[in-house]
Amino acid sequence: MSEINNQNNKEVLEHAAANGLINRRHLLGLGLAGAGGLITNSVLAADSTRVEIPVWSKMPGRDPSPYGSPSSFASGYQRLAGEPSATLPGSGASRSPLHLLRGNITPNSLHFERHHAGIPAIDPAAHRLVIHGMVRQPLEFSYEDLLAYPMQSRIYFLECSGNSGANTAPSAGDSSAAAIHGLLSCAEWTGVSLATLLDEAGIAEGASWVTSTGADGASMGRSIPLNKALRDVFIALYQNGEPIRPEQGYPMRLFVPGWEGNVSVKWLTQIKLADGPANFRDETSKYTDLLVDGKALQFTYPMGVKSLITSPSGQMSLRRQGLNEVTGLAWSGSGAIARVEVSADGGRSWADAHLEGTGQDLALTRFRIPWLWEGGPAVLQSRATDSAGQVQPTRASAMAGFDPSSRYHFNGIQSWSVTALGEVKNVYA
Amino acid sequence: MSMPKSTLLAALLFGALLSTALVAQETPHLGKPISEEQLQGWDLIVSPDGAGLPSGSGTASQGKEVYEQQCAACHGLEAQGGAGVPGLVGGSPTASPALLTVGSYWPFTSTLYDYVRRAMPPTAPKSLSDTQVYQVVAYILHLNGLVDEDLVIDSASLPKIEMPNHAGFIDRSQVQ
Repeated sequence: MSEINNQNNKEVLEHAAANGLINRRHLLGLGLAGAGGLITNSVLAADSTRVEIPVWSKMPGRDPSPYGSPSSFASGYQRLAGEPSATLPGSGASRSPLHLLRGNITPNSLHFERHHAGIPAIDPAAHRLVIHGMVRQPLEFSYEDLLAYPMQSRIYFLECSGNSGANTAPSAGDSSAAAIHGLLSCAEWTGVSLATLLDEAGIAEGASWVTSTGADGASMGRSIPLNKALRDVFIALYQNGEPIRPEQGYPMRLFVPGWEGNVSVKWLTQIKLADGPANFRDETSKYTDLLVDGKALQFTYPMGVKSLITSPSGQMSLRRQGLNEVTGLAWSGSGAIARVEVSADGGRSWADAHLEGTGQDLALTRFRIPWLWEGGPAVLQSRATDSAGQVQPTRASAMAGFDPSSRYHFNGIQSWSVTALGEVKNVYA
Repeated sequence: MSMPKSTLLAALLFGALLSTALVAQETPHLGKPISEEQLQGWDLIVSPDGAGLPSGSGTASQGKEVYEQQCAACHGLEAQGGAGVPGLVGGSPTASPALLTVGSYWPFTSTLYDYVRRAMPPTAPKSLSDTQVYQVVAYILHLNGLVDEDLVIDSASLPKIEMPNHAGFIDRSQVQ
C-alpha cells in the first residue's frame, strides 16, 4: 500500500471552504474511504516483522447458527439506553449509535425505540386489527389475513419528534451524536397499503381523519388527516426483511412516512375513521410546540429538513492530523435531500459535500467530504437542503418564536467544536 | 425528446394499464365484518364532542378518594406533580418558565377522560371502572377550579365544560 505524503500533495488539493475543507472530488482521487478515513501526513516507519498466518486460519471455525449475531469483537455497537422510569414502568427510549454506523440503513437491533408503557409481548394469533368508525362496513383482520395481501417495500427514515431536543437547552451538553440525535433510524419497511384496507371497508362520506391506537399498556393513540393516510401510509409487517421487532410494534405498526415518529402507532390494533382528530393526550398535552405568546402549534407532522455530522462528532477525538473524512446523515420529511454543505469555521464558509446514492424521498442520505485538519481549532457544521427547497436553519432561527421550553421538532444546525488536541465537543455556534 | 406516434400511444396505453393495475390492485378481501356493538368496551376513544363517553357519572367529592388511592403517590396529594411526574393543576403557558398542566394547557375535557381510562395508573392501566374515571376526572377538574365538588360529571356534562386553554392551539394538520 502506498502512503500519501500530503507535504507533496497539499498543493494539488483544491480547497472548497476555509479551515481545510477539500473539494469532494478528491474523495475518489485520494482513495479516501472506509471507517476513520484518515490519511497520515507522513510516511509510516517501515515494519520488518515477518507476516505470520493467524491462528484462526489453522482451525475450523464455529458452526452455522439459526440466527446471526455480531462478532464478539464488535460488541460495542449498542444502543444508548436510558435509565428505566421509576414512575412510568416501561416508559423510555434507547437511541441508535449514529456515530458508529455507516451507510444509510439501521440494523434492526440498533433501531431506536421509544415507548410510553413498555413493550407488550403480543401473540400474533390473538392480535386483531379493527377498522371501524366512519366506514360502510367495519372489518376485523388477523395477522394471517394481512400476510396474504399485496405488500410494498420502502426505505424510510423514522424520527421521534423529540429528537435533538437536547440542543434547545440553554447550554450545550457534553454529549455524543447518539445521545442528542439518536432517536433517528432508517429501515426498509414492508407492509400493506392502508388505502387498500380502507377501500375494502368503504370510506363513509364525511370521513376526514384517521385515528389509530396500539395494543400496548398505554393504548397510545394518534390522529392523522385522511388525505395523508390515502397518500402513502401503510401497515408495516416487516423491517429490513424480517418481522418487525417487538420494540417496533410486532406484529404490526402504522407507518406514516416523513412524519413525526409518534404517529406511526406501534402494536396497531385500531383504526377508526372520524370527521375530526381525537385530540389524544399525545397530540395535545405532548408533541405540541409552545410559542413565545403562549399559543401552541398542534399537529406539526412532517419532520423538518435536517442533517448532522456523525464523524467526527461529540466525545470522539481525532488522533492524527491530516486528511479526515467528515461524514454524516441528512433527511427531510418533505422529500429528498438535494444538497448538504459542510463548514469547518462555524458557518462562515461552506463547501458542498458528496451525497451517496440518488437521494431517495424520506430516507436518510449519507454525505461525506474530505477535510485537512492541521491541528488548529475548528467548528464543524452541516446544512441540508431538501427537494422542496427548504434549508436547515441555524439553532437560533430554529428556536425563534418558540417558548424556551419547546423541545419537539427541533432541526437546528449541529455544531461540533474540534480543539487543538483533537477533542470533539457539542457546542452552540 | 421525440417519439414516433405509435410508440407514444403504446407507451400511454401501457402507462394507463399500469396505473389502473396499481389503483385497482386485486386484494384477497379477507376482512371479517364486525359491528360497533361488539367494540363497546374495547373502543376507548373519546372525542371532544363527547362521542365515546360511556354511561355512568361521578362527582369531585367521590373522586377525592379514588385520586388519593390511585394517583396521589406519583402526582402528589395536591396534584402538584413530582420527580418526572407532571403536575395536574395550576401553571400557565405564558409563565416564565411555562408550566403546562391539565388545567393550564389541555384543550378538551374529553382528553382527560380518554387518557385516564386508557393509560392510567401506569402500573395497572384500564383497571379503573368507567365510574371511577368520571369521579377522578371530576376531582382533577375541581382541583383546577373548573367544576364544583358536587357537579355530576357524565357523558352529557363533561363535553360542555370549557377548558381555559381551549383556543390555545394553532392547527397545522394541513401543512404537509
